[in-house]
Amino acid sequence: MNPEPLLLATSSGDVLKLRPEGPWIAANVTTLETLSRSVDAEVDRSRAVSLDMSGISALDTLGAWILEKLSRKAASSGRPAEIMGVADHFSGLLEEVRQVNRHTPPPAGASNPVLLRLNDLGKATIGAREDIAIFLQMLGALFMAVAGVLRRPHSLRLTSLVYQLNRIGLQAIPIVILITFLIGAIIAQQGFFHFRRFGAESYTVDMVGILVLRELGVLIVAIMVAGRSGSAYTAELGSMKMREEIDALSTMGLDPVDVLILPRVAALVIALPILAFIGSMAALYGGGLVAQFYGDMGPAIYIARLHEAISVTHFEVGILKAPFMALVIGIVACSEGLGVKGSAESLGRQTTTSVVKSIFLVIVLDGLFAIFFASIGM
Amino acid sequence: MPEPQAEFAIRVRDLVVGFGRQTVLDHLSLDVRCGEILGLVGASGGGKSVLMRTIIGLIPRRSGTIEVMGQTIGAPHDRSRAATWGILFQQGALFSSLTVRQNVQFPLRENLVLSQELMDEIAIAKLEMVGLRAQDGDKYPSELSGGMTKRVALARALALDPPILFLDEPTSGLDPIAAGDFDALIRTLQKTLGLTVFMVTHDLASLTTVCDRVAALADGKIVAIGPMRDLLQSEHPWVRAYFHGKRSQMLQPQMR
Repeated sequence: MNPEPLLLATSSGDVLKLRPEGPWIAANVTTLETLSRSVDAEVDRSRAVSLDMSGISALDTLGAWILEKLSRKAASSGRPAEIMGVADHFSGLLEEVRQVNRHTPPPAGASNPVLLRLNDLGKATIGAREDIAIFLQMLGALFMAVAGVLRRPHSLRLTSLVYQLNRIGLQAIPIVILITFLIGAIIAQQGFFHFRRFGAESYTVDMVGILVLRELGVLIVAIMVAGRSGSAYTAELGSMKMREEIDALSTMGLDPVDVLILPRVAALVIALPILAFIGSMAALYGGGLVAQFYGDMGPAIYIARLHEAISVTHFEVGILKAPFMALVIGIVACSEGLGVKGSAESLGRQTTTSVVKSIFLVIVLDGLFAIFFASIGM
Repeated sequence: MPEPQAEFAIRVRDLVVGFGRQTVLDHLSLDVRCGEILGLVGASGGGKSVLMRTIIGLIPRRSGTIEVMGQTIGAPHDRSRAATWGILFQQGALFSSLTVRQNVQFPLRENLVLSQELMDEIAIAKLEMVGLRAQDGDKYPSELSGGMTKRVALARALALDPPILFLDEPTSGLDPIAAGDFDALIRTLQKTLGLTVFMVTHDLASLTTVCDRVAALADGKIVAIGPMRDLLQSEHPWVRAYFHGKRSQMLQPQMR
């Protein structure tokens, strides 16, 4: 019941007679394309073309377009194709197809690869400048929001703040403990293994204590929070933006920064130091366990060595950095979230950007703090 | 287009669909003739979209049979059915990561083997047929207005020249002029392509101007079906309330 489409071409004198037959429909498109290509050369050679449509059993837009293309090809070199035998119920469709594709859009200007590169570079530079501007804008908006809350303390969204604290603080504790514990243990194991060669095993405790309290505890926790909570912030705000929820808030006279962003960033600023503290303790505990079972150093000696090696300053240096890192993570996550455009793809892209950017900035910030604390002698 | 031997494009018999304890469609039967535009009206939340989605296989049915173009509808995700119908979803449901042209080409690319050049030409032809310009092809769905989104969605639904077109509230969210244009467009395409159109709508103007027949869905059943004129005479209380309510009365002079 499914005959193949055919295209019979016969030349009589100068006239090329084309007679399409069978079903010229989308399902046969592969055959149709081959058929129309096979007569291209003949259409070019012949003086006049006539198209006899009477053999067509079924026709749709695609088939009609392929026939239309053939007749246009003939017409373009001044030999208008004569079309005949059009069945009544196809004439409307053929007429419709005759109207389309008349205005080919101007081809995009040829692109010079060097110019293209320069163009990209320029766009990236402007993009970077805009990123800084957006960051500063968000920082300013947050300060204004904080100032507003200080003036009218009851305007703080306490419920939202507590909810966010639970989500990004309390619920993050198990994974933070697990990972920092493992990292503390690994550092201690490496210390014992390598320091043993020149009999400096007892200094492993100094290394673990200082490294964990000053740098690693807060850095690892900040990176984890950026991945865990920063991405969630971006995705939440982004999908709210897509569904016009944020616009709805603004039209009701509420500032999205007050309602959505301040509780989130404040929760991060409060939670990150606490998480960093818990993480540091877990890392020291992990180091202690390794000291006992791998380094043959009892808990009493481990704690005594720690007591000698570290001071409150080391702890302060670590924990002081945490709120600033939280602020950076929060601002990046929220402003990337608000940057989401309409598409699902854009949401994914912004979430990735948010995590990558906040981890990068956390590490840069850590470096700046290292320089700062070194120069003030902490 | 020569119509297949079947007189009915869609035949629904004793269809029962429900969720949990709730029964939405209760032994519903409906026939859609080949080449007609059937409008389906019903209360909001009354099962119009459920009926449409059940026919196209998105919602499982409890019992009953559905035949489309003479073939019984079985398991969902059947590839061959893609060429049987095109669907215009209420929100357009365009793929947001593809351009307009790629959206229209998507069914072609997935179901047929053809050259990129021909695919581009077909896509532009479809866009022009629904009243868009070739330049619009490079835009992304997020850059389109509501009316353009509907037109692109229609072009995508028509990409494979399906014999049946399902429209879910095609004119909702459009201003009366754009809605009128859209109705005229559906009418023209239906004539040139010989389509059967199944249209869920609340737009009384669309019902009067483009629909050959109107079916009214109430209490999970089709309570009245026929040309608009007949439905206006219907004695069923819900149908009367629908067509003779305050809002409908304002349109009555034109209807008669």
